[in-house]
Amino acid sequence: MSAPSPEPPAPEPPAPEPPAGEPPAAEAAVRAVDLHKTYTGPRGDVPAVRGVDLAVAPGEFFGLLGPNGAGKSTTIGMLTTLVVPTSGQARVCGLDVTRDAVAVKRRIGMVSQNNTLDNELTAVENLEFRGRYFGLGAKDARRRADELLEMFNLTDRRTGTPFELSGGQAKRLMICRALVHRPEVLFLDEPTAGLDPQTRVNLWEVLRELQAGGQTTLLTTHYMEEAEALCDRVAVVDHGRVLASGTVPELKSSAGADTVITVTYDGDVPEGVRKLSEREGIGKVEVTGAQVRVFARSPDGLLAELVAAGAAAGVGVTDASQLRPSLETVFLTLTGRDYRE
Amino acid sequence: MSATGIDTSGPLAPAAAPRPTLPRTFLAMMAREVRVMRKNFVSTFARVIIQPVLFVFVFAYVLPKIGPGGASFAGQAGGRAGGPAFSTILVPGLIASSVVMQGMMAVVFPLMMELSWQRSITDRALAPLPVPLLAIQKIVAAALQALIGGLLVLPAVLLIHADGQAPRVHIDDWPLFVLVMIMGSLLSAAGGLLLGTLMDPQKMQMLFALVLLPMSMLGCVYYPWAALEHVRWLQITVLVNPMVYVSEGLRAALTPQVGHMSFWAYGPVLVIGTAVLTWFATRTFTRRVLT
Repeated sequence: MSAPSPEPPAPEPPAPEPPAGEPPAAEAAVRAVDLHKTYTGPRGDVPAVRGVDLAVAPGEFFGLLGPNGAGKSTTIGMLTTLVVPTSGQARVCGLDVTRDAVAVKRRIGMVSQNNTLDNELTAVENLEFRGRYFGLGAKDARRRADELLEMFNLTDRRTGTPFELSGGQAKRLMICRALVHRPEVLFLDEPTAGLDPQTRVNLWEVLRELQAGGQTTLLTTHYMEEAEALCDRVAVVDHGRVLASGTVPELKSSAGADTVITVTYDGDVPEGVRKLSEREGIGKVEVTGAQVRVFARSPDGLLAELVAAGAAAGVGVTDASQLRPSLETVFLTLTGRDYRE
Repeated sequence: MSATGIDTSGPLAPAAAPRPTLPRTFLAMMAREVRVMRKNFVSTFARVIIQPVLFVFVFAYVLPKIGPGGASFAGQAGGRAGGPAFSTILVPGLIASSVVMQGMMAVVFPLMMELSWQRSITDRALAPLPVPLLAIQKIVAAALQALIGGLLVLPAVLLIHADGQAPRVHIDDWPLFVLVMIMGSLLSAAGGLLLGTLMDPQKMQMLFALVLLPMSMLGCVYYPWAALEHVRWLQITVLVNPMVYVSEGLRAALTPQVGHMSFWAYGPVLVIGTAVLTWFATRTFTRRVLT
């Protein structure tokens, strides 16, 4: 080793690259950079969001996918100005959500998870007054309200109070209300949580129409299939961080997003199975007790092989499953945890 | 039109959003309050009017009728024998208590719903208005209800009385009457918003027992403040009660012949107190709405 040479000039720090598949900042309808939120409570600080980066392009239908408690609602709260970020930056339509909160509110529509309809008003009045809050004259607001009720098949509920609406109808009315002023960006926080499967599928139809119409939308969901069915791009969130983002096919084909085969034996996992990780086309092999989980790029015949390996070692198979690449396997790969809820 | 009936090319397509101004949004919210008030007029105002109407009925009509015992009781309550009729004492007092009660309830009751359970406050918080201005809007709307509540009580307290027990009311100074009514309404609405945002929504029921009832019993509603000179410690203690200043201000405006506080006592409290309570209430409200 020679004496240390004079320090070379420090290289230019590379410009931070946007995560894969994200549009450049200038074009983003929604942009979050290193967004943090920590709630201070009597039992100390609770970090809810720990450095979220996001970019949603105009016209895009974007999904924040993650289990309950992942920080999705807090993130959407910050983007809609109702939650004050602890640090980081968030811009909607190029406007800072903290400094230009009113200007941001003029440009967004928000459907929250709870039913926040105005119970003192009828269905049509809910829409009418929302229109007037956003600068429509009384007549225009009434016309717009009737137009939306018609489009969302709620005309027969026109003069009913929010208490008289079913869960699905209330959600549709809330979506109408968020669209009254033609927002540039629509936020939907868990739009189908708590709805029965039939209502949920109906609501998906509504959301698909919005997507086809080019409505820029950011939706949070804890339903994998909802994200797969609706979103152009998805960010997978867990514990207040974005784990990965991209289109659903991108995520599925990204490293490690393989077919996941899980086999539970009635004895120890055979030694041969553990060594599978050395084989070409197999990402990793995780052994937990009597259960083995194999992440494989080329899964053909592997399940049968795992069963046979057990038979050869004198142990039976009590449970076996094979998940094709999906957001669920992406989540499994990224977090190592089962996706429940 | 598509299968779901949503025409995506037309009305759903994002278009240039209307550009609301702050005054337009503020007025639209006031229009919403007026619509709701019109719908619930009877239930809203019945709850605040029934108490003063019954009170004046019992003390200015029934008791004088049922004989010397009742009459002298009513007379004593008014202060010295030969002093003003009890009904005269009650007119400004009962209007003041209605104003204050209505102003506080008009803000606290809706807030209970809006801040708990479904947090329906988000509906209004997403309107294009700074959150502190939303607090001001709530105060103004509740003050409007307080004013209406006070004016509705006026005919009842003027007209319900036994023969010879008519209150002697004369407004010499209209601007003073208007000022006290408006400032009293704003003061109680601002106080209501402050209480409503400081209290746990689940414990709001205690408001009646612990706040509203003592405020009205010790608010110089049923006796003028000057008459409390016989109970000096109480006369000083009740000065913390905002209702005292509304009662005394109205006493000066409506029944100036009855001993009342000087304008320089109740005037600044009404004006400065409103400003201070509003300032604090906008802060506590903002803290409850933005997390």
